Amino acid sequence: MTMMLNVKDLRAYYGQVQALHGLTFSLNEGSLTTLLGANGAGKTTTLRAICNMVRSTGAIEFEGAPLSGRSTENIVRLGIAHVPQGRGTFTAMTVEENLQLGAISRRDKAGIVSDIERMYDHFPVLKERHTQQAGTLSGGEQQMLAVARALMLRPRLMLLDEPSFGLAPLVVRDLFKILGKINRDDRVTILVVEQNAQLALELADQAYVIETGRIVMSGGAKDIANNEDVRKSYLGY
Amino acid sequence: MELFTNQILAGISTGAIYACMALAVVMIYQAIDHLNFAQGEMAMFSTFISWQLMQWGMPYWVAFVLTLAFSFAGGIVIERALFKPLAKAPILTQVAGFIALFSIINSCAGLIWDFTIKQYPTPFGSSPFLGSQLISTHQAGMIGVTVLMLFGLFFFFQYTRMGLAMRAAASLPESARLVGINTSWMIALGWGMAAAIGAVAGMLIAPVVFLEPNMMGGVLIYGFAAAVLGGLTSPLGAVIGGFLVGIFENLAGTYIPGVGNELKLPIALALIITVLVVKPAGLFGRPIVKRV
Repeated sequence: MTMMLNVKDLRAYYGQVQALHGLTFSLNEGSLTTLLGANGAGKTTTLRAICNMVRSTGAIEFEGAPLSGRSTENIVRLGIAHVPQGRGTFTAMTVEENLQLGAISRRDKAGIVSDIERMYDHFPVLKERHTQQAGTLSGGEQQMLAVARALMLRPRLMLLDEPSFGLAPLVVRDLFKILGKINRDDRVTILVVEQNAQLALELADQAYVIETGRIVMSGGAKDIANNEDVRKSYLGY
Repeated sequence: MELFTNQILAGISTGAIYACMALAVVMIYQAIDHLNFAQGEMAMFSTFISWQLMQWGMPYWVAFVLTLAFSFAGGIVIERALFKPLAKAPILTQVAGFIALFSIINSCAGLIWDFTIKQYPTPFGSSPFLGSQLISTHQAGMIGVTVLMLFGLFFFFQYTRMGLAMRAAASLPESARLVGINTSWMIALGWGMAAAIGAVAGMLIAPVVFLEPNMMGGVLIYGFAAAVLGGLTSPLGAVIGGFLVGIFENLAGTYIPGVGNELKLPIALALIITVLVVKPAGLFGRPIVKRV
């Protein structure tokens, strides 16, 4: 299997505070990996470091090419879509404009038009509301929109930061089903950061557990789910 | 009644000046999310450049186009050299930067072209427009150009990818970067466009107020008033706001006892404050709808 993302000895800093203490992990092409951990463990920082949104050292390779020294927008243009915490919705713009923004770095007009239609098939509620200001959507709808916006890039890799945050359990189920479908059908490699460990482990095939800026466990999602420590700390049984 | 209609007409013709300037104000507000106090001076400097080109013998429209190109480039250079390094600085530091830019440009213009008042030509002529003594063909032309720029801007922001990217970069820079937009260049581009629009405003205003380094002082305040009244996020609102401020100013000067020419400027300022208190988004500005 080929490597999609390779992270070596990643250290990240907020001012004087070190948030990541040498993370090393990798994502296989086509995999769906979850990064688990408690609040403040460094999950969000890891995603932000991949996109150069926080000061960091270490080596990150995407499909063999180093990402260091690239600006956030250039990293995104390589095919890494990042759905940030809080969803990053352009609230003052319409749903359709949000989708167009997702494809703003693409040049193939016809492809963009057909992709917008594809998103409306994936998420019918977005079609109903395509002229509506995105800020008026419910939390779940906004999360759908954020995922759709990220897919408009036609990404090779998708990073999701707590997509389940603030959503009703049923909505989360739907969303995760769609993520699994995107991973299988569109061959998008996915790294999802989650606090909802149980759902994330059901969905993922690989998992990493992170504690205070260090990876403390890694392996297949099933093995991790069966691990005693993980069950006690993150699954609660 | 005739006095009233005449005052409205006169208001529309001065309003055209404010509308023009307000467009430039809205443009920079879209790009950087605050106002540029040096905008009037930048427009004044551009106008001097066009005047100089004409002094060297160039026809009006050639000078006009060259000045637009120069102003666009100049706006980008100012942003790159001065405000990009200040991008992460607190707002007050940036305001200090605007004020510094204001006095630098003002003094430079005075140094190069001195402070004597100069005649500035109009491409539209200055005969009465449709037989009215209150609106000249120049003012009619000015209204036409303003409306034309308005349509241009509307089309740019609503229907072009670049316009969409600029709006995104202005409203949520981090999200914009995450869809691959180079936000830093969008800001520079906004400066360039605002400088070019300001140059058009300056060149249209100069025949009315005459050309000199301090010509834009009052005009910019009226432009701010117009933009705030119409809504800082709406080019259409800015233009309508410009005409309303012009009309309001003239009517107040005529009908409210004690308000002569001297008190016209305070009226603009009072208008800014009233709008900010009563309707902060302006008449046409889009209030951001939020779910809570």
